[in-house]
Amino acid sequence: MTAHNPAADSADSPLVTPLHALHVELGARMVPFAGYDMPVQYPLGVLKEHLHTRAKAGLFDVSHMGQARLVGPDRIAALEALCPGELVKLKEGRQRYTVLTNDAGGILDDLMITNRGDDLFLVVNAACKDADLAHIEAHLAGFDARLERLEDRALVALQGPAAVGVMAGLDARAADMVFMSGMGLTLDGADCFVTRSGYTGEDGYEISVPADRADALARRLLAEEAVEAIGLGARDSLRLEAGLCLYGSDIDTTTTPVEAGLTWIIGKRRREDGGFPGAAVIQKQLAEGAPRLRVGLKPEGRAPVRAHAEIQDLDGKAVGEVTSGGFGPSLEGPMAMGYVPAALANEGTKVNVMVRGKALPAVIVSMPFQPHSYHRG
Amino acid sequence: MSTIYFTEDHEWIAVEDGVGTVGITSFAQSQLGDVVFVEVPEVGITLDKGGEAAVVESVKAASEVYSPVSGDVVESNESLPDAPGTVNEDPQGEGWFFKVKLTDPSELDDLMDLVAYDAFVAEHS
Repeated sequence: MTAHNPAADSADSPLVTPLHALHVELGARMVPFAGYDMPVQYPLGVLKEHLHTRAKAGLFDVSHMGQARLVGPDRIAALEALCPGELVKLKEGRQRYTVLTNDAGGILDDLMITNRGDDLFLVVNAACKDADLAHIEAHLAGFDARLERLEDRALVALQGPAAVGVMAGLDARAADMVFMSGMGLTLDGADCFVTRSGYTGEDGYEISVPADRADALARRLLAEEAVEAIGLGARDSLRLEAGLCLYGSDIDTTTTPVEAGLTWIIGKRRREDGGFPGAAVIQKQLAEGAPRLRVGLKPEGRAPVRAHAEIQDLDGKAVGEVTSGGFGPSLEGPMAMGYVPAALANEGTKVNVMVRGKALPAVIVSMPFQPHSYHRG
Repeated sequence: MSTIYFTEDHEWIAVEDGVGTVGITSFAQSQLGDVVFVEVPEVGITLDKGGEAAVVESVKAASEVYSPVSGDVVESNESLPDAPGTVNEDPQGEGWFFKVKLTDPSELDDLMDLVAYDAFVAEHS
């Protein structure tokens, strides 16, 4: 038996997060991921960790992700010059999902931005963080703005229907937050910055906590009956069921936001005025349609289809590729996403996906595969 | 009474009267995690030693099960695709994949016994 795990990276001497000792103590299986030694699963296992998060609450260590703050009077203009998001109208205390684009309209990374009043708080992907922050810094010339890396903070996510009760027990204000908002909370004596957001499709929170308080806070959260530690394995199956993109798989420098089905992140003013890298390409696709689109795929049988599997039309012609795929524990079946020509992207279109030399029938479906349960207030 | 042998790819084969029952080891299932999909070979097909014989997939990863010996498939565990979790629960019992009629019993000489396999796992995990 030989296992293939496309998620595993190689690394010389992996970095560790402030929760590394806790992961090991909990019996996690550690794997190299984006240069870090990270927990892929705990003794509960991917399947039960996934289902537990949907039923109660899961605690994720996402401290490998990059945290930074952009300060200075021109911070909004400086960031708008690099991404298609409407940031001028982003109110204090509100969070937005956006992407950094390149001159071809491709995506350099996806990121979360929160307007904290006196700064913009940025969370970027682990594998991209050095490149992202260098890219932003390189484009600050001419703006009165400065980027500060927040190296001394850990990041944990508490996700699932029980998250609100657990958080409210630590700071009652957590219950009043709505989806995609952020505020400072005091959790277990630590000054945290908390957003009501996540990467699972569930209601939940992401907590930026001082690195030296992260272990104590994580243990405090895990002491709750409803909370289990959840690894990267279940994080991936949860986000895929939620139809959320994984950078490097579903979106990258060769995909535009329009092709990726992310036109909703492009502000109305930005569509008209442009003013971000690759605006001409993206505006043309908005006007004329993109040649290909990211779609959800539901394989008909039980066999999971995985990333890089070829998508064929019913005549056997190669038309695209699966970018993420696997088994959905809540869906109780296989699910995938990938790119197909626009003409084949309509819901209900039948295609075949090649798995081990066999054509498996699949149908184009709308995403998410599992309904979102965000708290919109 | 059958004799059990192991491969470096973490399959086991229990041989009795020239027929071997094949599955993956307890160590293999623990490394794989929760099994969600299994494909077993059709009865009647001929397998080569080391050739792909079956498929086992967890939430995250797909793996092949290789045949430890050459021979014809005489029986497949038809209940396994409907209950893939059996591979986790009882990998060296109810979680067997297929039975193969050996064409060359001397191929078993290349495989490990339990003591050698345990040492192999200890060395490689």
